[in-house]
Parts: sequence; structure tokens; C-alpha cells
Amino acid sequence: MGKQAGRSSRLLALYRTMARIRAFEDAAEAASQGGVQVWGMEASATPAKVRGPLHLSTGQEAVAAGVCANLRRSDLLTSTHRGHGHTLAKGADMTRMMCELYGRASGCNGGKGGSMHIADFGVGMLGANGVVAAGIPIATGAAQALKLRGGDAIVACFFGDGAINRGPFLEGLNWAQVYALPVLFVCEDNRIAATTPTRTMTAGEGAAARARALAIEAQEVDGNDVEAVDHAAADMIARVRSGRPALLHAITYRFKGHVSVDPGAYRDPDEVARARQDDPLARTRALLLSFGEAAAAEAVDADAQRELNEALAAAEAAPWPEREAAFEDVMSTGTGQWR
Amino acid sequence: MALTRRMSYAVAAGEALAAAMRLDERVVALGEDLGRGGVFGQYRTRGADGALRPLQQEFGAARVIDTPISEANIMGAAVGMALAGLKPVVEMRVIDFALCGMDELVNQAAKNRYMFGGQGRVPLVARMPIGLWTASAAQHSQSLEAWFAHVPGLVVVCPATPQDNHGLLTAALACGDPVAYLEHKELWGLEGDVDTPLPVPLGKARVVRPGRDLTLVTWSRTLHESLTAAETLAGEGIEVEVIDLRTLWPWDRETVLASCAKTQRLLVAHEAVQVAGFGAEIAASVAEAIGCPVKRLGAPRIPVGYAPTLESQARVGADRIAAAMRAFLQR
Repeated sequence: MGKQAGRSSRLLALYRTMARIRAFEDAAEAASQGGVQVWGMEASATPAKVRGPLHLSTGQEAVAAGVCANLRRSDLLTSTHRGHGHTLAKGADMTRMMCELYGRASGCNGGKGGSMHIADFGVGMLGANGVVAAGIPIATGAAQALKLRGGDAIVACFFGDGAINRGPFLEGLNWAQVYALPVLFVCEDNRIAATTPTRTMTAGEGAAARARALAIEAQEVDGNDVEAVDHAAADMIARVRSGRPALLHAITYRFKGHVSVDPGAYRDPDEVARARQDDPLARTRALLLSFGEAAAAEAVDADAQRELNEALAAAEAAPWPEREAAFEDVMSTGTGQWR
Repeated sequence: MALTRRMSYAVAAGEALAAAMRLDERVVALGEDLGRGGVFGQYRTRGADGALRPLQQEFGAARVIDTPISEANIMGAAVGMALAGLKPVVEMRVIDFALCGMDELVNQAAKNRYMFGGQGRVPLVARMPIGLWTASAAQHSQSLEAWFAHVPGLVVVCPATPQDNHGLLTAALACGDPVAYLEHKELWGLEGDVDTPLPVPLGKARVVRPGRDLTLVTWSRTLHESLTAAETLAGEGIEVEVIDLRTLWPWDRETVLASCAKTQRLLVAHEAVQVAGFGAEIAASVAEAIGCPVKRLGAPRIPVGYAPTLESQARVGADRIAAAMRAFLQR
């Protein structure tokens, strides 16, 4: 395979992951509308099918795709409240994920977690998390266990730009460096923490600079350029596998509001319009077209849509969890003693 | 086969941990100052030559892990270790410091199994010593066991004797759930006979002293104050049944209710603040189930003061327990 063909085939694989994430996020967003009155929007007569807080990673797909393309199934991953992309990219099944968002018994968490706690331990995805920065200490401990066991598996630890202002960011980075742990920290910087621009709340030069202050190798990358993310992650992960942490600071943009029903009216419309011009999917697609891969890109889109339609149909048809399941998997000790 | 040896409450825990580490290489310990045996000497074991040595000498620094002062990361790393197949024992030094790691214990460890639909388990034991510790003032003296009893997913253990600190730590390590393991700082030096193979199940109270007139439920260090008070009342012709609850969650309703059905009076005594303490839960449960008179005795809702005259106000000692029982029985 020539150099161009190799690049093109790698790019198609990355595009496939991104297209699957985009299809999933768009469908989840649509299914989340309605129900209650929130964020200045009126309630509708039809209840939402995906209920509760739904944090979309639309516009950030290149980060998940580029990093996870360099992970193995045996590697572990911790995620954030905005974790659908990481979960799909790590290899989770889209149907089981959509069933979980619908709260159905066939969801990957049996309907107990929903979007905010989506997880698939079977592919090493140790969970999205409702608490900002909470995945960081967990990632360091998982890496310590992997190191104790031997082998070269690593942990990829995703967090947002808001997380770097929480204590566990400092504690976790220090910890990983002190014990020389195989963790790739990925700061997925969408430039907004909930509804506040992060730069207004962050002193200094950001995630990479803070990592360098602890002598952790760090690199900034255009998080909307999936090839750049892929290459940077490949380089860093090779070193992480040899037993030392690194931090990748991927700068991207969140197309949607904090949650799916948040229209994001607090943002400068020009900024949003500029960001839309830099859509990572559109960029990747344009590159594929320039490689003469238009038909292949079409096929990827069609496959993603087919997979998504199957996931939605399955979720619509799936039963709710049995009420009795509310009392299962609480704990083993004293089972049955609820009061 | 009984293998009874005399040892302190601190060493009993160290011996239990060492035994578990020898049997199961997945058991690890992490916390500040563990390498030199823990600040209270509770990470030491006695060798064949009779000398006490830090566990790290036997198990190495990769399994008995000295950590930075990073309570959130200590607790959070333990969650990650557990998810990746280890059985971590976490040392928080005093429970007051554990408050820096509450997200990791309450939101992460306790919820993990449930919210991820049973995909994982978090078998971690968080040792978070409670209790008054002479002249240690407001931030090194708290008894927060009720907080953890309130959190679904957690086991809560409060050992009162060297035997129980050995047996309950062994049981906690084997149970597979996240455990809030709350030793008492003023019990570290307490010596007692320990039958090391003797199993001490979680969720099983111990009737320490039988009696017919009143049931006194207690745990942790207050057990010893309660026994002194019961002895005093015995001299006044009152027979008190003293129950050491040992495990707050799950708690042994059967034993407590059986005793109260017999005595028709319940007093719960604990060192924690009385308001919203776990004593209220037991008193309410007994009142609902049996309808007998119930009373609580705990600390006033004040922080612990430094000066002896202030600190003593927060102590639930034998005299106060005896007085509460006399008042209850109107004698």
C-alpha cells in the first residue's frame, strides 16, 4: 500500500468513528427534546425519549476518534459527563448505548445510569462520570493496578477544560508522575465550562502548561484535525506504554449547549458560526474527497445511519427495567436490608 | 483451632491485613506514611522473632504504597485499582481528612456498581479513624459514622476490641463491597486476646453483657464506657444488657430487637453528635417495631474544643451513661 493509500485508509477509519459519533449525538439530541420546561424553552406535549441531562459532544468527535484509534481493547478509559464519543470510539455497541440513553433494560448499564454514566467495562470503558475531574484519580489507580500486574496496557483519561481547575487534576497528575504510571491524560478543551468561557476562569496557560510544571510531557493539538490528533496520540501513547504519563491538550469546540435542551444563547453567534466553519467532520470529509474517496465517505455515512437506525429501533422496542432491579447491584453485604 | 495471642487493637489490624496480603496478592494498601508502619503503627505485624515490623518490609513498596498528601487521589486511585482487579485498603489517617476524598468515596466507590448496572465491583476498605483523641480539637476528633450509614452502597464498621479489629477487618476485605472501616484513635493501644482464625461476620452484633432491665446499644470506644456504667448499675441492682453493634450497616436488627423485647427499654449511647446520629435510627427502628421506650445519648452539637474543660463536654463517658440509665429507670 502506497503512502497516500495508507493515509487515505487510516483517514477513512477515523472518519467512520466520527460519523458514528455524530449520528449518535444527533439522534440522541432529537430524542431528548420535549417533556419539561427548561432553559427558557416551553414544555411540549410529547415527552422526551432520552430524559434528563444529555451532554452532547457534537463538534468534538475528532478528539475521541483520533485518541481511541491508538488504543487497544485491553487499554482502559475514563470519561466525562460528555462521554458518548469516547464510549463509541473505545468499541462499545451503539445499540446497547442507545438503549441505555432510553433507560431500557437492554442498555449497557441496564437502564441504571443513562447518558451521564454510560459505560462498557467489556471494552475497557470504565464510565462516564457526573462529577467534573472525577475520572482522573480513578484513571491513576487503574494505571497503578495495570503496572503492578505487568504488561503494557495503558489508561486514557479524558476530561474537559473545566476540570483543570479542580483539585483532582493536580493530585492526579502529580500522582501519575510520582509513580511513573501509564496514563495518557487528554484535556478535551471545548473552551466552555458549562456555560462560562473557560479562559475567564482559568489562570495561566492552561492544561499543557500545568502538566509541564510537573515535568509531564505535554502537547497542544488542533482537536478538530483528526489526523493531527491521531499522530500526536500515537507518539505519546508509544511513550506512555513504556511507563510514563503524558498530556494531550486537544483544542476543539462544543457546537451545542451544555445540555441538549440548552440553546446556548449566552454565546457569541459569530464565534459559533466560525466554529461551524471548522467542523471536524466537514474537514475530514473534504480531505477524503481530495483523495478521491467520495464514494467511500458516502458509504461510511450510509453505514453509520443504518447502524443508528437499528439502534433507535431497538431502543424504542426495548422494555423498561423491572421495578425489582432498583434493589439489585446495591451491594452484597446485608442484601435485602434496605431500611 | 484457637490461636489466641495477646496484641493491641492497632497490631490486630496489621496482622489481619498481613494475613490477607499473604493469601491474596490482589490486596494492596495505600496512604500517607504506610512505609514506616502507619502513624499509629497500624500497618505493622509481628515477625517470628517477636519484633514488630512495617508491612512494607514484607510486601514491598508496590503493595504497601506510601502516598502524597492527596486524600482525593488516594481514595480515587483505590476506586480505579479496584476496578482493575485489586483489593485496596485505603488509609485516611483520621476521618476528618477523609472529607477531602468524599466525592471519591460517596459518588464514585459507593455508586459504581449500581450506576454502571453491575458491570464492576469496588472492593475497597477505607480505614478512616474516628473519635476523640485527647487535646486534638475540632479537626482531628470527629465521629462521622452516621454520614456513611446514610449512603447506599457502603458497609460501615466500627470495631471496639482487638479481636473485632482483627476479625472485622478480615471480613471487610472479603466482602467485596466498599467499606467505611472506622477504627477509634483512642483504642490503638488497647490490648486484648485475639483468636486470629475466629471469624467475625459483618452485620452481627455482640451481646457483651447480658441483663434484664435495660438494653444499652453502643459501638466503638463507647462500648468500654458502657461496660463501666453497666458495672456501676449492677452495684445498684440494675442489670443492663450491653450490645456492641460492631457493624452500623448492615446493622443487626434481630439481636437488638430481641433484647429490647425482653428488657422493654432501649438506650443508645455513642460518641458522635446525638443530633441525626445513628442512635436515632436504632431508637426509631425499635420504637416502630416494639413500641418500648427509647432514649439516645450522644455528644452535644458542638465542635470538640481543645482545653480539657471544653473537650470533656463532648465526651460521652461512663458517668453520663450511668446517669442517663438511672434517669431512664427513674432511680
